[in-house]
Amino acid sequence: MKLSNMFSRRNRILLRELVVTDFKLRYQGSVLGYLWSLLKPLLLFAIMYVVFVHFLRFGKGLEHFAVSFLFGIILWTFFLEATSQGMQAIVGRGDLIRKINFPKYIIVISATISALINLLLNLIVVFVFALIDGVDFHWSALLFPINLLELYGLALALAFLLSAMFVKFRDISHIWDVLMQGIFYATPIFYPLQMVIQYNLLAAKLLMLSPIAVIIQDSRYNAITHTDTITASQIIHSPWALILPHVIVLLLIVVASLYFKRSQKHFAENI
Amino acid sequence: MSDTEPAIIVKDLYKTFKLPHDRHSGIKQLIVNFWKRKKGYEIQNVLNGVSFEIEKGDFFGIVGRNGSGKSTLLKTLAGIYAPDSGQAVVNGSLIPFIELGVGFNPELTGRENVFMNGALLGFGRAEMAAIYDDIVEFAELERFMDQKLKNYSSGMQVRLAFSIAIRADADILLLDEVLAVGDEAFQRKCYSYFAQLKKAKKTVILVTHSMDSVQRFCTKAMLIKDGNVEYVGDTARIASMYREENMDKDEVAKLLEKGTSANKKVTVDARLLNKPSDSELLFDIAVTSKGDMPDAVMAVSLTKDSGEIVYRWASNEKLSEDILIKGDKKIVVKLNIQNIFPNGVFSLNISLRNKDMTTFYFSADEILKFRVVNRSSYSADAYWKPNERVEISQ
Repeated sequence: MKLSNMFSRRNRILLRELVVTDFKLRYQGSVLGYLWSLLKPLLLFAIMYVVFVHFLRFGKGLEHFAVSFLFGIILWTFFLEATSQGMQAIVGRGDLIRKINFPKYIIVISATISALINLLLNLIVVFVFALIDGVDFHWSALLFPINLLELYGLALALAFLLSAMFVKFRDISHIWDVLMQGIFYATPIFYPLQMVIQYNLLAAKLLMLSPIAVIIQDSRYNAITHTDTITASQIIHSPWALILPHVIVLLLIVVASLYFKRSQKHFAENI
Repeated sequence: MSDTEPAIIVKDLYKTFKLPHDRHSGIKQLIVNFWKRKKGYEIQNVLNGVSFEIEKGDFFGIVGRNGSGKSTLLKTLAGIYAPDSGQAVVNGSLIPFIELGVGFNPELTGRENVFMNGALLGFGRAEMAAIYDDIVEFAELERFMDQKLKNYSSGMQVRLAFSIAIRADADILLLDEVLAVGDEAFQRKCYSYFAQLKKAKKTVILVTHSMDSVQRFCTKAMLIKDGNVEYVGDTARIASMYREENMDKDEVAKLLEKGTSANKKVTVDARLLNKPSDSELLFDIAVTSKGDMPDAVMAVSLTKDSGEIVYRWASNEKLSEDILIKGDKKIVVKLNIQNIFPNGVFSLNISLRNKDMTTFYFSADEILKFRVVNRSSYSADAYWKPNERVEISQ
């Protein structure tokens, strides 16, 4: 698969059409339509905010914790959407794959792009909240796109891996659901990392080996506040442990592309 | 890419499928199978070393019975399936039509579906917009384009899909003849599209069951059986081989050159007295009645396996005297027909009714079946064999 082919004219046309159709279909027949993709994470945020921040007093006294919290939820929602929609993408488009030959990765990319568009729109909401909350943007906010790129890379790699596995092993979707639930709790999204450090420093260090946790914390640090965001580098001192999450991302990208490339030949007959 | 290069070269193509024993595809099954050292699937050899070439400009027919590997071959050529071994080299762009309306979504409007389907054929938004009106007009669906596809009748969907499909411009087209479904008017449209492609010297591969199509459109054809190429070449030869093959053993056994059919009032015995390859067909029809049948008329017809009635005879039209059936009686009709029928299977149908056609005393289809074969002259396949007068001046 040559890179020049990857975005040939025909493939671009197809990608665009798939993304547009996906979008139309998802919000068809609902009164609020597209607004739902903004409302859903906001409502989730509202519920968790009431439970954890209002009643349980999580993040009490931390600067801009509410915005940080919302930001985390938005990034997580993207990760969840991109991987779970990506996983279903190949099987979901089985009708096409069985009838016509075209690069299969387009389907997976299109599924993640829908999630990416949602994320970008949601980020606008976060931005508005940040302004209201009086966030003082640091120049490091310019680094956020790099975090975003890594997040997208991670999600895309997982989407490729999962979608190809899902063709053969339908159990994957259930396993992934449970796994994501676990990872959600193991990621400092609705609780501040400070809480874990107070409780057990080692646990906090372990949490910060997870790529998604690192990306979320780095994003918060870069884009929201330096004062009360603790990043991996502040608690982990071994350089190996610091680059490990990024190595995992890279490794996943390589493994996923190879696995997808190898198994895509047989999608048509296995779906 | 030169012009003399074949459009498609297929060499030693092998393809097997793993057919799982049950529909469980999951990790549990994988573990269970591993534990029991079971494979959990069966190997089915679909293509067993298929080799052939298609020249540019050929209208190439692929025929074979269900399960012979046609579709797999087509899908392999289209790049949908990857072969186990061997090669399928395609020189030029290729668009497959395994099915019309690939990517059609019932929840989208006609308009949206046109653009989606177009994208799969390689048309961009702008190009599609330019030909959109033509497509809609050709499909005769102007009023429906903003309705969801699920509200279309199946005929409307096919019309829309076909109108897009004929816009596809590629060096090589793969067509599955299931395309020619729909009403007669639509079939005519399809066939005129095929004719157009042939005239334009497009490289076309047509997978079909219809020998009429093969002989009408194809310049060359290939017969495959059990994943092997049986023959490549002349279409008339292919057509007769295919017909031969299609007569499976069960059907041959069903060919009864005599037969009996009865109801409460009548028993009819029919026999073909000579061979179906003779120049005349001699039928012996015996009718045994119980009770009166006023104004009885006997009607006899021959039906070809393709369904057309090729011959009819009614006693009141062709005989000077009426058939009289009173009480218990046996009458025998000897029918002698000039055998000008083309190759194929024919069945004899007999009915007894009154003159006004208000009462049917007896009616039986396929009382006997026979098969005209081996008259392998050029004209043997032609339906009509009128007497002709020919003058040749040289």
